[in-house]
Amino acid sequence: MRAVDALMECLKAEGVEVVFGLPGGANLPTYDAFYDAGIRHILVRHEAGGGHAAEGYAKATGKVGVAMGTSGPGATNLVTPICDAMMDSVPVVFLTGQVRTELLGTDGFQEADTIGITMPIVKHSVLIQHPLELPRAVHEAFHIARTGRPGPVVVDIPTDLSRADIPYEPITDVHLPGYQPTTDGNQKQIRLAAKALANARRPVIYAGGGSIGASGELTELATSDRLPVTCTVMGLGAFPASHPQWLGMLGMHGTRTANYAMDEADLIVAIGARFDDRVTAKLSEFAPHAKFVHIDVDPAEISKNVPAHIPIVGYAKNILPKLTAEYRALEPDPGRLEEWWHRINSWQERYPLSYDDSPDAEIKPQYMIQALYQATEGDAIVCSDVGQHQMWAAQHYHFDKPRRWINSGGLGTMGFGLPAAMGAKVGCPDDTVVCVTGDGSIQMNAQELATCAQNGIDVKVFIMNNGYLGMVRQWQELFWDRRYSQVDTGQFPDFVKLAEAYGATGMRLTDKHTLVDQMKEALETPGTVVADVRVAPEENVFPMIAPGQAARDMVG
Amino acid sequence: MGEPGTKELLSLEELEAAGSFRTGRKHIVSILVENKPGVLTRITGLFARRGFNIDTLAVGPTDDETISRITLTLDGAVQSIDQVTKQLHKLVNVLKIRDLEPTETMARELALFKISADGAARAEVMQICEIFRAKIVDVSKRTLVAEVTGTQEKIDAFERLVRPFGLVEMARTGEIAIARGRTET
Ligand SMILES: Cc1ncc(C[n+]2csc(CCOP(=O)(O)OP(=O)(O)O)c2C)c(N)n1
Ligand SMILES: [Mg+2]
Repeated sequence: MRAVDALMECLKAEGVEVVFGLPGGANLPTYDAFYDAGIRHILVRHEAGGGHAAEGYAKATGKVGVAMGTSGPGATNLVTPICDAMMDSVPVVFLTGQVRTELLGTDGFQEADTIGITMPIVKHSVLIQHPLELPRAVHEAFHIARTGRPGPVVVDIPTDLSRADIPYEPITDVHLPGYQPTTDGNQKQIRLAAKALANARRPVIYAGGGSIGASGELTELATSDRLPVTCTVMGLGAFPASHPQWLGMLGMHGTRTANYAMDEADLIVAIGARFDDRVTAKLSEFAPHAKFVHIDVDPAEISKNVPAHIPIVGYAKNILPKLTAEYRALEPDPGRLEEWWHRINSWQERYPLSYDDSPDAEIKPQYMIQALYQATEGDAIVCSDVGQHQMWAAQHYHFDKPRRWINSGGLGTMGFGLPAAMGAKVGCPDDTVVCVTGDGSIQMNAQELATCAQNGIDVKVFIMNNGYLGMVRQWQELFWDRRYSQVDTGQFPDFVKLAEAYGATGMRLTDKHTLVDQMKEALETPGTVVADVRVAPEENVFPMIAPGQAARDMVG
Repeated sequence: MGEPGTKELLSLEELEAAGSFRTGRKHIVSILVENKPGVLTRITGLFARRGFNIDTLAVGPTDDETISRITLTLDGAVQSIDQVTKQLHKLVNVLKIRDLEPTETMARELALFKISADGAARAEVMQICEIFRAKIVDVSKRTLVAEVTGTQEKIDAFERLVRPFGLVEMARTGEIAIARGRTET
């Protein structure tokens, strides 16, 4: 059969349900194979949309996402999603077309050195050099994307090779001698960690994106005693926000309670987290009293930014049950945490997340998120874009379950939200999927409204329209003497008309008193809906750890 | 020191104090890789991204034809070498990495020197070659080519001695290294 037909067989064998992509000259053979392969393919309107959709699908389902583009511009349009998937450890396989082999390196039409361009931002990549290599390379790509610390893998396929006639035998084993992730955690280290935890008087569990797949195990550990838990912006939902042991998100726009608890902790158990600068703030003053247990599947994360006293390499899912068992066996005295909880509770009482509501009908952005929480009964998959709206959504939409909060945390990619929501909805058709976006961000991949409308992908888009590139405006206001430079987006375009032009339903919401009801109406309207929610234009996200400051110096 | 997001001006001294510049400590790193296209680029890219400057680089086969050995020498950078070796381990085609301890390592380099040597100078150059156990591998009327092997320091010393005679050109392989004793590199 043709190599591309073998490719289809491989995708089926990997359980691929859907591929997001857009054809061109160099992947014409692959698209010919799609014609009757029986694999769902969704035609996006920009390859970046396809890449982020594959990410959204992967984050919502936990399965490997697949995105495709042609050579040259198709592949370069995928660069942002590839980098985004790398930063947030999202398992996505990117299949790119490449010019035919005799043109490689000659500046052939639509040739780009895709492997070279993406080399620093992939978990792995391969340029197919012989058609017989293709099936194995595809299976290896899925294996690498999915296992260890997940990430993007690029398979670049020259168009002539994809037309080759090859014998195809299903491949059932993948053998990569240089790729053997440690998965189980060292028992001795786990025992040490349990001991440290049992002796700690001011412990905090700090859970990142790597704990999303171990949410039950994490909750089990935390609730085997009264261990306080905070999550990064990537980890939200790994521990239920309605739980009394929840401290709120930590980091630059986290709660004071979470940040203060880290600041005073004597033991921090980091789980699938990477001590990002948005979490540690001023590194030299980060958690000055703490010893660190660091659980991560990626050994390169251990002691990268903060030296770990007890490193444990492996999957959180495998390690946490053992840690819980060891911890329980030590029968730690719950009374020792009394004082700590007393302190935490006093912060919680003194510093709840708050804002000044408007005296009139004006919608405060924080209230917009609270209203959305009410309208969706707290049970939507929320896909966010990047900016102030993202931070408010993270603060005010309380996630009780994993894979309900999907955002671009590491790269901070504007334009991520809508296509990610599209991918999430395709992966979880029975869930309510909303996109919380900004007037700036939505424009960076608004073309995917057409994809949603055409394919009946029922996402509800709520634009927090403040007429600004708000997060940048906030920094200019606070740290650059209010010199607003190039952040005013005016009221362009008219989002209601834009929605209608794309075949979606457009709504404009301007009154806080009717907001919840109108949001419910938007949610109940069949098809793709875009709600242009006009909010107070110059509101700032607080609390905040100002740049260069330490957690204990939070303001606002 | 302020973040890039703030308007605070940064002085060069502050940047230096914050360790933003090179440290200069030398490392010899030995890496076993699967002999696949692009492996070398991935490896050098990882070093470049973290501000390491590669001084020498030697690649060659091992006793197993599917496996190559890459030997790198580099200066230190802002980041500790541990972070790079951990990142190297994550490359799918990398099998093994050793940051070699200089005292427990046999390191050798080969160099070819084309030296001006006519008349009286010739005898003197040949004498230096003899002391350094350098082989003379080509002779012309005005020049000779000497082949030297040894540690980087030995080759540096040879270069210093022959330079005054007129060094026409020089080619060096960069060090290759192997662990002393029974331990595998
Ligand atoms: C692709 C990209 N370009 C620029 C930025 C820098 N940036 C971060 S937040 C932001 C403003 C986003 O504006 P909007 O979507 O309206 O959200 P708001 O902050 O107003 O809620 C910008 C420009 C970015 N994160 N991504
Ligand atoms: Mg905005």
